[in-house]
Amino acid sequence: MKTTPLYPWHSQHAAKMGEFAGYALPLWYQSALSEHQAVREKAGLFDVSHMGEFRIEGQGALAFLEWATPNRVAALKPGRGHYSMLLNSKGGVVDDIYIFCRGESYQMVVNAARREADWEHLNSLAPDFAVTLQDVSDSRALLALQGPDSARILASLSPLNPASFRKNSLAESEILGVPAGISRTGYTGEDGFELTVAPAAALAVWEGLLAAGATPAGLAARDSLRLEAGYALYGHELNESTSPLCTPYAWVIKEKDFLGRTALDSTCPQKLVGIQLSKGIPRAGMAVTVGEKTVGQVSSGGFAPSLGYGVALAWLEAEYCDLGTSLSVAGKPGQVVALPFYGGKNEI
Amino acid sequence: MKFEPTYHYAKTHEWAKEESEGIRVGISDYAQDSLGDVVYVELPAPGRQVRQGEAVAVIESVKTASDIYAPVSGEIVAVNPDLSATPELVNQDPFGAGWLFLIKAQAPEELSQLLSAADYQSQVESH
Repeated sequence: MKTTPLYPWHSQHAAKMGEFAGYALPLWYQSALSEHQAVREKAGLFDVSHMGEFRIEGQGALAFLEWATPNRVAALKPGRGHYSMLLNSKGGVVDDIYIFCRGESYQMVVNAARREADWEHLNSLAPDFAVTLQDVSDSRALLALQGPDSARILASLSPLNPASFRKNSLAESEILGVPAGISRTGYTGEDGFELTVAPAAALAVWEGLLAAGATPAGLAARDSLRLEAGYALYGHELNESTSPLCTPYAWVIKEKDFLGRTALDSTCPQKLVGIQLSKGIPRAGMAVTVGEKTVGQVSSGGFAPSLGYGVALAWLEAEYCDLGTSLSVAGKPGQVVALPFYGGKNEI
Repeated sequence: MKFEPTYHYAKTHEWAKEESEGIRVGISDYAQDSLGDVVYVELPAPGRQVRQGEAVAVIESVKTASDIYAPVSGEIVAVNPDLSATPELVNQDPFGAGWLFLIKAQAPEELSQLLSAADYQSQVESH
């Protein structure tokens, strides 16, 4: 199994470890619930070094990304980023990603489990464009500082001024005196920053952020936070045969030419929606029923710690997707609800 | 990791303790640690007759749902009333306040089929 530069720290601090995308990563340290709460109320710190990162350079970089992704890359000014996807020629989702404009070049952050598939996919498209691609995933660590105290903590350790650094911005700056790529992004539904540093500097930055007040948090809290925020986890909500038009993330699809556009399915016999249960906890793979009829399946589910009940993202037959539709998951009653489950300011 | 020395243990990580009112049942410290934070406990109805090895309760943690098996046969005579409001007791005090249910045993000799604390400890440590 692969490890991140912070693996020794996780082990020394008795983290409950688990496997994710081939990496040994912390599931939680003391308690997933208290880590979740720390992110909602103060600040949590995640080791997300497993995530992949590509650089796209060359005079054809913009044209290449406009073709390879459905969101409008030309709208990105230097130092700005956005959520997007990689689609295949059939309009299915190869991965969901983040793209940042660095001026002449671009940076793409991809899911660890899709790194190789994405790399192959992008390289199959590249020969038609004047671009060079570089996989820099293994030459850096990535830390996610998330929660309402994040800006205060970051400002205490970095010259970057959060007041003039809005959501989805990216800057080359430093933290604790070491060079860091800092973006105001995250996967929790809270304010927060993601920090790219050299592997050799990861431990010092990690410990410095903890000393400044962040709580170490593991993958279990990361998953419950993103689920409450209604965000997709590739392999659960999205795969190579899902149409993004049938999801709450359809906003990434813009009016322009891109690979897969003409094949995009907009008929949506099934749609991705939010479900809440009044009792019990829905889990991925469980059937969703209305009366005796199976009308869909849970793609991600779990207990929502900030809400106190079970919630799920589920693919349901279109006629059962109206808000308020009564249904059951594993015999437990629930209904279709609006996304996000928690918070209200996220574009999903 | 704690192993209450006087308790009996099932291979499926429940403990059983002989008391005057019956056999008190919970899950081990190892089990609660593996599950992570417990968020919901579904307990059997008092009066239900259960057989040894039968799935009678469900513990939902942040990670997964786990069936809890009756370590002995008999009648459920009480369930822990505190777990509906404070399921975290299972994590905080698995051998005490986090108990699950009480069984009036039909065949108390079934207790001897369970593991001793030492044998249970070597089972979990060999994993």
